[in-house]
Amino acid sequence: MFLILPSATVLVGAFQNDHGGYTFHNVASLVSTASTRDAFRTSIEVSLITALLGGLLGLLIAYAAIRKGTPGWIRSAFGTFSGVAANFGGIPLAFAFIATLGTIGIVTTFINNVFGINIYEHGFAIWSQKGVELVYLYFQIPLMILVIAPAIDGLRAEWSEASSNLGASRLQYWWHIGMPVLMPSILGAVILLFGNAFAAYATAYALTSGTGLPLVPLLIGNDLSGNVFTNPHEGQALAFGMFFVLAAMMIFYIPLQRRASRWAK
Amino acid sequence: MRKPRIAPSAVVWLVLGAAYFLIPLVATLLFSLKNANTGKCCSLSAYGVILHDPQFWTTIKLSFRLALETIVVGLLLFVPTIYWVHLRLPRLRPLVGFMALVPFVVPPIILVVGLLKFYKDTLHAPFWFLGKPDLFLVGAYVVLAFPYIYFSLDAGFRAIDVHTLTEASRGLGASWRTTLGRVILPNIRVAALSGAFLTLAIVMGEFTLASLSAFHTFPTYLQQINQDKAYPAAAATLLSFGITWAAMLSILLIGRRGGQRTVRVGIGR
Repeated sequence: MFLILPSATVLVGAFQNDHGGYTFHNVASLVSTASTRDAFRTSIEVSLITALLGGLLGLLIAYAAIRKGTPGWIRSAFGTFSGVAANFGGIPLAFAFIATLGTIGIVTTFINNVFGINIYEHGFAIWSQKGVELVYLYFQIPLMILVIAPAIDGLRAEWSEASSNLGASRLQYWWHIGMPVLMPSILGAVILLFGNAFAAYATAYALTSGTGLPLVPLLIGNDLSGNVFTNPHEGQALAFGMFFVLAAMMIFYIPLQRRASRWAK
Repeated sequence: MRKPRIAPSAVVWLVLGAAYFLIPLVATLLFSLKNANTGKCCSLSAYGVILHDPQFWTTIKLSFRLALETIVVGLLLFVPTIYWVHLRLPRLRPLVGFMALVPFVVPPIILVVGLLKFYKDTLHAPFWFLGKPDLFLVGAYVVLAFPYIYFSLDAGFRAIDVHTLTEASRGLGASWRTTLGRVILPNIRVAALSGAFLTLAIVMGEFTLASLSAFHTFPTYLQQINQDKAYPAAAATLLSFGITWAAMLSILLIGRRGGQRTVRVGIGR
């Protein structure tokens, strides 16, 4: 009642015109209209960059926290913090970054006072694409740590010992054993991160006041301000486009998930 | 044997990670302590403004009430369902698990388009339904919370022997209601609680649905005060972080006591 029927309404509505007839016009105009095409390109760019960068950094931090020699308390501190930080986001996260790197943010003023550089005169702005990406990483990296940690845990010490006993270097171990085992988990996690960034609305809205950067969720929000549809067909077509991208993502995600669980104990 | 030492490259990554995570939190704290008139450190006036704002209290109470209602409805709906699936319809488990992934493909921003379109234009739902956050929003929040409650409960049910417990209870003459309430429920208490706290964190931070369907909850209040009062907004942000922290730490604590780990991630963004 609250999930299936409304979702179906969006899917059908995306293919309907004002009089209830069926048409491909709405969805086709997603591609032919410059503004919506730009929005999809920017959204996919932001999601891809934060997914890849967040995935890489999350992997490195998770490995650094888990590997032999790192004290146990550091590991559990990072684990706990990731659990919490992955749940930050939305309005509060955006404001934390505005207080940090906004025009009068603490770090902005600090850099200006100490180094005499005003980062806003050098092309940085928290509401720009770079700014939004930086903020998204704040929930992307912890999510990666959370998702990938069990997989890194699953790398057994015996494998590394056996390979070094047989004369393999660290590089050979990672190339022939570590990476192939981890790969499905890493790919799955990056896809999850992509979807996570792609669907984010509140954070981007608070950072850009809803208009600064063309992202698909923001356009949908604009079509729908104050619970009245100002442009219902575009809104629904955009929602359909998002649904399409996310559904495609799931199709890759589920088999990877299955493959990743093969090495689990 | 020599005690393994921490690797230098690990130190670099951990310090970088910690700095990236901590700097915004510390900066927000410093920012919130600035004096609204002079812009100098340190004053608690921003917190005073927030705590004396009646809107702060009405919105946070509304958000809290919505969270409680979502938790109650969600648990009433999903505990018996998942119990039944585990007991009688184990073949349906993959299907229910798949259903729990659907909210990831239909995120809040799509859901809100569908909900408004469906209830306003298709059903012409009356205002007493659309205008009441307790009906409209809670219904949507139960959907948002479904994956989190489901994954928590599923782990809880998998950890206990549903069949033996049910047969023992039924064999001793207990009704279905007694079985569920006095035998099953105490055994999945930890799972149900962690699902409940996750739901609390999600609903307290949910902005997309509330804002686009024109309700004034705590996150929309946060967005609104930021427009004219920057320092109090930072103070309210920290309070909101506090709520998330409290909810998440409660899950970890009860999880540790109950001997199982269930940490999931929210979709409040």
